[in-house]
Amino acid sequence: MYEPILSKPKSFFETYKEKTGDQTITHYCPGCGHGIVHKYVASALDELNLTDRAIFVSPVGCSVFGYYYFNTGNLQAAHGRAPAVATGSKRVNPDSIVISYQGDGDLAAIGTAEIIHAANRGELITVIFINNAIYGMTGGQMAPTTLVGQKTTTTPRGRDPHNEGYPVKMCELISQLNAPIYVERVALNNAANRAKAKRAIKKALKLQSERKGFTFVEVLSQCPTGWKVDAPDALKWIEEKMIPYYPVKVFKDTSNEAEPYPEAKEIISGEKVFEILGIKRDEKKEETIKYEIPEKYKNPRIKIAGFGGQGVLLLGVALAQVGMMEGYNVTWIPSYGPEMRGGTANCSVNISDSLIGSPVVEKPTILVAMNKPSMEKFEKDMVSGGILFYNTAMIDTEPQRDDIIKVPVPATKIASDLGNIRVGNMVMLGAIIEKTKLLPLETVKSGFEYFISRKNLIPLNEKAVEAGMNYIKENNL
Amino acid sequence: MSKELLKGNYAVIKGALLAGCVAYFGYPITPASEIAEAAAYYFPLAGRTFVQAESEIASINMVYGAAGAGVRCMTASSGPGISLKQEGISYIAGSELPCVIVDVMRGGPGLGNIAPEQGDYHQVVKGGGHGNYKCAVYAPNSAQEMCDLTYKAFETAEKYRNPVFVLADGFIGQMMEQVEFGKLDPVTPKKLDWGVHGTADSKNLINSIYLDPDELEAHNRKLQEKYKKMEENEAMFETYKTEDADIVLIGYGITSRILRTVVDEARKAGIKAGLFRPITLWPLAKDELNKLKNSAKKFFVVEMSNGQLVEDIRLVVEGKIPVEFHGRMGGNVPTVDEVLEITKKLS
Ligand SMILES: Cc1ncc(C[n+]2csc(CCOP(=O)(O)OP(=O)(O)O)c2C)c(N)n1
Repeated sequence: MYEPILSKPKSFFETYKEKTGDQTITHYCPGCGHGIVHKYVASALDELNLTDRAIFVSPVGCSVFGYYYFNTGNLQAAHGRAPAVATGSKRVNPDSIVISYQGDGDLAAIGTAEIIHAANRGELITVIFINNAIYGMTGGQMAPTTLVGQKTTTTPRGRDPHNEGYPVKMCELISQLNAPIYVERVALNNAANRAKAKRAIKKALKLQSERKGFTFVEVLSQCPTGWKVDAPDALKWIEEKMIPYYPVKVFKDTSNEAEPYPEAKEIISGEKVFEILGIKRDEKKEETIKYEIPEKYKNPRIKIAGFGGQGVLLLGVALAQVGMMEGYNVTWIPSYGPEMRGGTANCSVNISDSLIGSPVVEKPTILVAMNKPSMEKFEKDMVSGGILFYNTAMIDTEPQRDDIIKVPVPATKIASDLGNIRVGNMVMLGAIIEKTKLLPLETVKSGFEYFISRKNLIPLNEKAVEAGMNYIKENNL
Repeated sequence: MSKELLKGNYAVIKGALLAGCVAYFGYPITPASEIAEAAAYYFPLAGRTFVQAESEIASINMVYGAAGAGVRCMTASSGPGISLKQEGISYIAGSELPCVIVDVMRGGPGLGNIAPEQGDYHQVVKGGGHGNYKCAVYAPNSAQEMCDLTYKAFETAEKYRNPVFVLADGFIGQMMEQVEFGKLDPVTPKKLDWGVHGTADSKNLINSIYLDPDELEAHNRKLQEKYKKMEENEAMFETYKTEDADIVLIGYGITSRILRTVVDEARKAGIKAGLFRPITLWPLAKDELNKLKNSAKKFFVVEMSNGQLVEDIRLVVEGKIPVEFHGRMGGNVPTVDEVLEITKKLS
């Protein structure tokens, strides 16, 4: 009897069934570093007993076929996007062990944003970064990590810093960020360094399993095919050329101090979701109209306009909210965008006993003009017989039309007398409901909680509405 | 009150949570930002994931990762962001993953402006990414439908394992209306069996590579079969007064609301006008359009674009009756009067 002392890690498939051609050997070129690093990842998963929880993200690059080999969950990602894919996967699989395995083109060129931000968010993933100073998969073009002077198919005269810049040092960059807890660069050039590489990968995965934080291991890895050298010379090239530029060391290790991330929160479902969304589900189906709007003002198409800051949008929301509470169909549309900032703001409100077609009020039956430019802009659009409420505290001219009802209200002045000019909009609301009986005061009052977000301001708003109503009554308007 | 006065953009998120969506990955952009803001507020309260990504590219790839677990997840953006997402959407379609993508359209091309437009029809309905794929596209025209069609989009996405769009315009996103929540049942989130969950019994593969041309062709044929089924089963539309209509107005989103008013006004002026409103832009309700092209004398398509839906309408009509077009761009919304005037001229 004998026991095997060297065997294939169990985190690898026995035979590579997804692979075309010979299913017992990998697709990597002879002498390539990828296979070695794959083995370190697989053994680490075996030793840490993490195989079943592991999700391997294969990038675009030579390791695009990582899923041929790893007997784990497998996601293949678009070029450079592996850290984002890993983020999405880990966030919804909080107990999994997610490995983003990437080449240098993938990670340090096209995917620069994704790696930096996954690291910066401190995603609970492990990134294995294969730095082989070349684009292997596409046939030996320059990588962001290609050394100065190094010849590739796209730097035929050698990498020239004036044209291509300098090789990117990712460990140096990543270790500047707060969130990562472990950043190490290792190399595959000799037995001692390979042992370190194996340990680093295992440590990173272990830290992930302890929910400690983002871990990053860069591996200086040989690409004899891309470098156009034989395997032994490739190892020498790592030692002589790469290591002097890319120092092999631990750049950051705060794993001892790092507190484990809190466990993921439980997902809430069922009826409780309604509670969270602030929706009270009641049994009654169709809500019928409760308050009859006087015939003359039925189905109003309302335009409200003024300066940004005069609360014209909120006045519109108030009318829509209260209309809805009385059982009407309502719409509210703001003029949004640049118009909202500084200049005039306006909104369209419909309150209707039937389905509302166009929500845009082109010809208002009710116009509320809080300032002069608004009256000038919209008075001419009003329907004949419409009603215009205009803020005489801000408008020193008279309306032009003779075929409309004109209601002058010094809204801003009344509001200022109440101690806050910002409630001029609610003064107008009071004037509107008193003059037109469009909506009942009681419902306006019970609507406050929906459209006034600062609850302590509700009494003041209520006073403003009443002041507006009184103004109409007292002046027999 | 099970009714709420709500912006369309907020209604999307309430619908999504009720549909059992567990993760939202987004990046801010006007006029879609309220969707991300609502998700940022509500998702964590329900133990679900919200991540503001570094870009739309990252956010759609996070969706890929989460969808790869067989859970319901989503993202939202507007034109410039949707352009960036197209690569990821192609991968999602190729890997047969379900997800919901909301596009609240703004003016383009380029940075354009933030006012409402419908110029993303081509990039969304035709599939703006590479390869032979299709996405179902729902086009809500009210805040209620922003909720209901988002909810429905999750079902369709999951049923076919395919990305599904909710294509709205700035107005539908920014408009507040009453939204009734009484009818939607909250879906309990689950992880589907084919997904990668990081467990011993979910060692699945999510992938869109097929090196062998025959295998890739077979994969593509399978996708086309799926799209055929979607065409057969998922088309939705609404008609208004089309039974005796001589002229059928056609539009989606905010435009369809304006057209409905135009139909009423035109009828007052003695014109037999009707409205066909596609609720799904793909698949398009071809049977109904074929019926209408036999009963009506003329189609009149109105869009807030240079004429994109109209191309597909013309394909269905095959020259049988005239298909007229009126488009506004740049964020201008066609007025009832302007469309009515043209309708009168065309009648
Ligand atoms: C968007 C996109 N651009 C370009 C490619 C082509 N491509 C495939 S692999 C690769 C380079 C990968 O190089 P690297 O990440 O260094 O990995 P290696 O092959 O060296 O392991 C490129 C550019 C692609 N698949 N997708």
